[in-house]
Amino acid sequence: MLEERIAEWRDHVGRREAIQAGDLDELEDHLRSQVSDLQAAGLDPEEAFLIAVKRMGALDALSREYAREYSERLWKRLVIPPGTAGEGWNREATVAVALAVAAGVAIKIPELFGIRWDGQAGTLWFAQNVSLLILPFLAAFLGWKRALPARGWAGLAGGFVAGALVVNLMPFQPEGYTMTLAIIHLPMALWLALGVAYTGGEWRDPRQRMNFVRFSGEWFIYYVLIALGGGVLMGLTMLLFEAAGLDAEPLVARWILPCGAAGAVLVAGWLVEAKQSVIENMAPVLTMVFTPLFTLLLLAFLGTVAWTGSGINIEREVLIAFDLLLVVVVGLHLYAISARDPQAEPGLFDKLQFLLVVCALLVDAMALWAILARITEFGFTPNRTAALGENLILLVNLVGAAVLYVRFLRVRRGVASMERWQTGFLPVYLLWAAVVVVVFPVIFGFM
Amino acid sequence: MSIGKDLVAASATPLVLAILSEGESYGYAIIKRVEELSGGELQWTDGMLYPVLHRLERAGYLEATWGKSESGRRRKYYRLTQEGEAELAEQRRQWQVVDATLRGTPFHRREMIPQGT
Repeated sequence: MLEERIAEWRDHVGRREAIQAGDLDELEDHLRSQVSDLQAAGLDPEEAFLIAVKRMGALDALSREYAREYSERLWKRLVIPPGTAGEGWNREATVAVALAVAAGVAIKIPELFGIRWDGQAGTLWFAQNVSLLILPFLAAFLGWKRALPARGWAGLAGGFVAGALVVNLMPFQPEGYTMTLAIIHLPMALWLALGVAYTGGEWRDPRQRMNFVRFSGEWFIYYVLIALGGGVLMGLTMLLFEAAGLDAEPLVARWILPCGAAGAVLVAGWLVEAKQSVIENMAPVLTMVFTPLFTLLLLAFLGTVAWTGSGINIEREVLIAFDLLLVVVVGLHLYAISARDPQAEPGLFDKLQFLLVVCALLVDAMALWAILARITEFGFTPNRTAALGENLILLVNLVGAAVLYVRFLRVRRGVASMERWQTGFLPVYLLWAAVVVVVFPVIFGFM
Repeated sequence: MSIGKDLVAASATPLVLAILSEGESYGYAIIKRVEELSGGELQWTDGMLYPVLHRLERAGYLEATWGKSESGRRRKYYRLTQEGEAELAEQRRQWQVVDATLRGTPFHRREMIPQGT
């Protein structure tokens, strides 16, 4: 009984970052000394425990004192995940590193068959296959960690095999439109398929889907950070060897860059998993920073279009910029609701988000109008059709988001339904990406 | 009567150093000793002693070692170092100055001078 209470207390106090295992031992020794003295004075264990805990002082104040004394501990936690001493962590790290090495090796295997990513034909081959070479390892890591059931493994494997067959066996015209579209959409489809592994097969659960969205955002941030560090590493490698009179560029370009980039996919995934409870998630923080800025951008753009009275010019690059912009807006919206406390009242930030969604809606409608005008004039091409589909999907998404926002701002509830609306779209994105990869080439004759 | 928070905080360092100058000890015993010496007037929030001990240890005034309690638990013992002795002397000087200053003021006379007379 007493032992149980003490264990609970220890666990509770130990959650404070500033108080570490050694401190806990010391505090526990104190608590036990106090309890046994009080018991010797005639109190029953329960009373003695309560008094001893009370005398220890308020936990907040205590952890503040520790934090003031050991301010560096609050930082160190960023480097050393909690429970590092545990066996589970070591095993997970081992698996992650092994898979990272495997991904690094996998990216070099094609070279055995004479396909080099910096060679003429090799570049195209790698553009088609790079996600197929690396993502299975990340899928394996996530599936292993979540104990994915056999059906999930089979589905994932099927997806990867199908993707590989489609991009490699279909008679694409080299560097044609449909091939370029397939190259862009295959990694998106495969990444979304990773969600099956991430959710351990429970991909129908909206909360699990939201977790996968969070994972994706954090993974991206970690990957960018690792890439920055890797860039510095490679730059310094070349400089140092140059000083020694050697040209390190072949080494960097043929080994460090491809293997590092492949391995980092796994390392970033593992870091997100290991640290999800430690650091404040970055994606929502960036969302807070960029929501006002993107709202301003969209308002300025809409203002300019209204001012000049000219329609928008739909060149291919502009089209891509529009799609990217809208994807960013949907992402901002997604991460804003993913980080939102469902209980909180709507505030200024929600109104800003609503404004952003409405602006994006207008921009999307303009883009759609321009695309449709183009299609009626010149007919369907793969690019226009892909843009049409993507903009339509985003339009439906944004209309729904705007409607739900209005309801949320009015009746002050419904965060959950916004979340469900957004997570419900994930399979739609996956489906569309798959259609672009598989169906478009057939319809448009592989042009 | 209970001692105010600021004074408790200010007296913590000299008290801990002085008690440890009697010999090696550990947190719970130090608190018991303070209670005993003050006749129960000086009450610390128990947990707060430990950050103080750690601060003094990091400043080099104390040396800590892990040992065992009589019942076999892990227990952290603290001992005064040379620097700790010097710091204790320094603290003593400072407190004497404060004390001497207070003695020169009405603060220390039996009857306080009523205001306005």
